[in-house]
Amino acid sequence: MNLFNLLKIALRALNANKFRGFLTMLGIIIGVASVITMLAIGQGSKQSIRSQISEMGSNMLMIHPGSMRMGGVRQDASSMQSLKMADFNAIRDKGQYISAISPSVSSSGQAVYGANNAPTTVYGVNDDYMDIRKYKVQDGSMFTDYDIKTYSKVCVVGKTVIDNLFPNGEDPLGKYIRFKKTPFKIIGVLESKGYNSMGMDQDDLIIAPYTTVQKRVLAINYLQGIYASAVSEEQSQQAVEEIENILRFNHNIKDGADNDFEVRSQEELSSMLTSTTDLMTVLLSCIAGISLLVGGIGIMNIMYVSVTERTREIGLRMSIGAKGKDILMQFLIEAVILSFAGGIIGVVVGVFATYMVRVVAGWPILIQVWSVFLSFAVCSVTGIFFGWYPAKKAAGLDPIEAIRYE
Amino acid sequence: MSKEIIRIDNIHRNFEVGNETVKALWGVSFAINAGEFVTIMGTSGSGKSTLLNLLGCLDTPTCGEYYLDDIATSSMSRDERAGLRNHKIGFIFQNYNLLPKTTSVENVELPLIYNPRIPAAERRQRAIRALESVGLGERLYHKSNQMSGGQQQRVAIARALVNDPVILLADEATGNLDTRTSLEILSLFQDLHREGRTILFVTHNPEMSEFSSRNIMLRDGQVIGDTRNDNMRDARELLAQLPKTE
Repeated sequence: MNLFNLLKIALRALNANKFRGFLTMLGIIIGVASVITMLAIGQGSKQSIRSQISEMGSNMLMIHPGSMRMGGVRQDASSMQSLKMADFNAIRDKGQYISAISPSVSSSGQAVYGANNAPTTVYGVNDDYMDIRKYKVQDGSMFTDYDIKTYSKVCVVGKTVIDNLFPNGEDPLGKYIRFKKTPFKIIGVLESKGYNSMGMDQDDLIIAPYTTVQKRVLAINYLQGIYASAVSEEQSQQAVEEIENILRFNHNIKDGADNDFEVRSQEELSSMLTSTTDLMTVLLSCIAGISLLVGGIGIMNIMYVSVTERTREIGLRMSIGAKGKDILMQFLIEAVILSFAGGIIGVVVGVFATYMVRVVAGWPILIQVWSVFLSFAVCSVTGIFFGWYPAKKAAGLDPIEAIRYE
Repeated sequence: MSKEIIRIDNIHRNFEVGNETVKALWGVSFAINAGEFVTIMGTSGSGKSTLLNLLGCLDTPTCGEYYLDDIATSSMSRDERAGLRNHKIGFIFQNYNLLPKTTSVENVELPLIYNPRIPAAERRQRAIRALESVGLGERLYHKSNQMSGGQQQRVAIARALVNDPVILLADEATGNLDTRTSLEILSLFQDLHREGRTILFVTHNPEMSEFSSRNIMLRDGQVIGDTRNDNMRDARELLAQLPKTE
């Protein structure tokens, strides 16, 4: 008995009960469609987080002083003064996997221009910071090494600060703004980057030479942090280890003792940020998977009904020479067609629903080919699994009793 | 001496019902030669259905041996017997057992689908030929529920013939039909007999024995009579005597 004949028989049987077949498929359709939609929403938000992180600089490394105990009391990390310019110089000179590096000090407060003022943060950095954080100067220019050496009171300002301080659209270049009583001359305006995935405004900042911020704003001589770029995203782990080795050596940390600093790569940040979405994706997919299971049970149920209804037909087929295997295949294929057709319709509905989510709700979505294949494979397996028992029952019928069944 | 199609030797068939053993067949032996038209007659409970199931390879005897076309069948597996049913036996049932909502041709093709030796291209031709031989050449594509009982039984007979079996097994094949249609079907069986087919017709109706070439009587699981009938009545003559209905 070849496959073509089996398909023909199965299709005829399904054709005789179209509406019932459709209702049976509906379970599978809903299951597959929801798996695809849930995965697409999960993957979409994950991808949007990743792309925003890479906008921030995907191979960025952040070095911060680690928390330390002082007389049994664990201290706030920001109060640590363990990072010095010497550390910065050592990493810059010895680092093999580092392509850019900048010291970092920052101070939050009100920036004032004329009658306008706005809360913002001044970041004291060098010009490598622009590469590391992927900032670009739109108007004017970036400060130079000379400005750093001479503690120049110059700054490059983000769009949000400009909008707040210059609401009338004046040209900010050359204007002086005051930050914590220190006047800064605006020499450049940053290109807008918008909000990042954590909802932080990336344009709400002022960039100034780190020496200026250290001496004139904060009056400190240590660093609050160091930003660096690994040569490539793949090598950021080596870069982290390299920095750790350099700093442990510089800080005279004995083997086995804890670091008094912390090196973070974006990879950690991204896995931290995506862990919630991952959890949600798994959770939603589980619920969707359960509906697929329920759909499978629906198939099993209807196949049992179908076998009972067609007991006489089974008896007849057996009496004219159908083997148990032939009957088994006939009903199995019927179940597989139900789940397959349900799967295909489910994929179509799922893709459509996903685009509706994007259009109506505006959520980022991403349909990955593997998620379509996965849900399709699961529903085929469901069909075979749940079709097996009814088909087995049909194949095991006694032809004598089956043919006289009323 | 013509060929022996069926030979059963001292067949017993017991059924376990609760703690009791019911002896449905109790030492039945006979042989049927090619070209015979045999009626097997008996009241209900005589064991004729059990005998038919055994002869049709749907069941196996508790003891004794059954040779179908010189093949010993009692030790065969389920699948082997299914193959035998397909190639050697044509079943005809009281209630036709056609697939619903299916055309005559497709119903007749059914046994060929389970016969891997027949190529797909040949199926349709053979089904059409079988339907023409039972006088349904005009109704090849009628669905089973659009036909009268007599026509449905003709389709069933065509289905039994399509695999060119060595024997036709009919189980009360006229039981559901009125007198006229019964006689029509009976004359069709007689035509097939004249063409040289071997037919075994199980019935409880004693009149049937007049139309066959041999009659085997069963009672309580044993053969109580086996008579040859040399002057068969022609069903067609009887049909001509019936008052015309239209």
